[in-house]
Amino acid sequence: MIPEELEKIALATRAEQDRLLHHLRVCTGTACLALHSDQIKDNLTYLIQQRSLEQTCAVKGVGCMGLCAVGPLVALQPQSTLYQRVTVDDTAAIIEHLDAHPIERLLCPTDIPFFQRQHKIVLENTGQIDPEHIEDYIAADGYTALIQALTEMTPSEVIEQVVRSGLRGRGGAGYPTGLKWSTVSKVRSTRKFVICNGDEGDPGAFMDRSVLEGDPHRIIEGMALAAYAVGASEGFIYVRGEYDLAIKRLKTAIRQAERLGILGKSICSTTFDFHLETRLGAGAFVCGEETALIATIEGQRGNPRPRPPYPSEYGLWGFPTLINNVETLANIPPIIRNGGDWFATIGPDHSKGTKVFALAGPVRNTGLIEVPMGITLREIIFEIGGGMIEGHAFKAVQTGGPSGGCLPEQHLDLPVGYDSLAQVGTIMGSGGMIVIDDTASMVDVARYFMEFCKTESCGKCVPCRVGTVQLYHLLGRFTEGSATAEDLALLEELCDLVKQTSLCGLGQSAPNPVLSTLRYFRDEYLAHMAKGVVTQ
Amino acid sequence: MRRMGYGHHALIETLHSIQESFGYLDEDALRYVATTLRLPLSRVYGVTTFYQFFRLKPKGEHHTCVICVGTACHLKGANAILEHLEQRLGVKPGGATVDGKVSLLTARCLASCGLAPAVVLDGKVMGKVTADEVIAWMQKWTHRDT
Repeated sequence: MIPEELEKIALATRAEQDRLLHHLRVCTGTACLALHSDQIKDNLTYLIQQRSLEQTCAVKGVGCMGLCAVGPLVALQPQSTLYQRVTVDDTAAIIEHLDAHPIERLLCPTDIPFFQRQHKIVLENTGQIDPEHIEDYIAADGYTALIQALTEMTPSEVIEQVVRSGLRGRGGAGYPTGLKWSTVSKVRSTRKFVICNGDEGDPGAFMDRSVLEGDPHRIIEGMALAAYAVGASEGFIYVRGEYDLAIKRLKTAIRQAERLGILGKSICSTTFDFHLETRLGAGAFVCGEETALIATIEGQRGNPRPRPPYPSEYGLWGFPTLINNVETLANIPPIIRNGGDWFATIGPDHSKGTKVFALAGPVRNTGLIEVPMGITLREIIFEIGGGMIEGHAFKAVQTGGPSGGCLPEQHLDLPVGYDSLAQVGTIMGSGGMIVIDDTASMVDVARYFMEFCKTESCGKCVPCRVGTVQLYHLLGRFTEGSATAEDLALLEELCDLVKQTSLCGLGQSAPNPVLSTLRYFRDEYLAHMAKGVVTQ
Repeated sequence: MRRMGYGHHALIETLHSIQESFGYLDEDALRYVATTLRLPLSRVYGVTTFYQFFRLKPKGEHHTCVICVGTACHLKGANAILEHLEQRLGVKPGGATVDGKVSLLTARCLASCGLAPAVVLDGKVMGKVTADEVIAWMQKWTHRDT
């Protein structure tokens, strides 16, 4: 692959797209597929063939369009019409109304804050391009960043751009990406590895899945750029075993990229080689922790090990290894294409760029959103999310999954950022955002997350293995109503102990849901205690 | 295994392939993998039991019902569905119905939180379900096949 060839493919694909009068994009994300969007797509294709409209109209399956609450979604371009809750029976009407007025009954308004307030960088192609065709990605300026880096930039210049962008790891901890890259690049070694962490174990989060399913080539490009920058020539994409569709699309994408010479030996006629493989996870939350993830790729039990040495010095098979989250890597191509300074203009200090959230719970517009950092939680929930569904009252918002915490209404005006969320006792996390209404008991929510951590604890270190079980039973006494004041004191003490002494991130953050609910909803714990007193 | 050069790191990928072909991992399969990859059987067994994804027992003969117990589904009553199933059909997560027709499993999150509570019946995701609906589907399976 040389730059000219890439240009040729891009031009040819764009010319082909411009020739058509209509583009129908059917969402084939997981939520819409569950509602039979594949049949809708097949039916539309069939109808177009039957009516010999192939010359003017094309159908393609695209990644998640975001508004999962009203799926399946079908978009008609260039009119920018969006149809919601489409059924197979509606397909004929859609074809008939291609040139006429849109069908009012199915119309989904696109001028609502859900679409207007989003800022898409990571998801710019998701929902726009066909993830199973590399040409579509190339036509959307895909792989230009890689070629630009390979032909015009030195590895240290690539790192320089990432440092300037201020990008921080999107997996949850928020470690500065540029710093991580330069650490790995400085270590001398015969072999180095790049790993993409797609072990999205946090229940309620599906950002990485949507990116992998909707725009797999972007991850490949991001990884190739990372490999070039740090001097690695082998990479692994670690994906949860449950994500069948994402794995299938990734494998297709890797094959296509290899065929075009974007992966493999002497990429773009340079001396840069990069080989990429997928690895399947097998259902263990702890494998999101980087040392546990490395153990899994080596074919062992996913037990974390003490750090240091950090994977950047001693990682996969003992070689220096760079591990980045899916969303982090998805940010890399646009940063290289537009420059680090461009990225740094978005968002407040210390939290640059955008963040993808999976919004769930009793709000009107559930689904996948990407917002600039610094936006307030209130804007996310009540403007983009469309507010609570009628009959439900807002009580709390949970971010960061089992490692995060719950925030009450008083903190809704907090700007979203790594440090601002940490200050109030929760974390940015990987991007799960679950709204909790007034019917839920916060003690029960805390107990639910503790049950999760208890089950997922790998059992290597004592504070986490024993502590989470004890915390779970203590919380059980609260939900049963048999807790005493001593139990409350013990709960707080134990939370602190598990947090301070656990080996890895799972144990260190496991008490977070308990601590944050204790902080903001202490009255509920007290109410549960009082109930016990009455029954005694 | 050959594709990965019989390296020790091939273990998890191999187990995935076996489970995909046979539905579960039996002792013979584990022994074979251990011998071929030159790994102690204890290590193979250890890895197999560490990960939730691998099954050592055959699943229900015909059908699977996976209930999502992710956060959003939990808040919308996934646990109540499980309790109903246990009371009325006597089936617990990880087990199968008495006649072995349907296996019941739970999933951490199906990433279909917009559809909560969600269940997967034979690979088909159904959203916004109630306990009665799930029981009706499972009973339909057991009846139709007998």
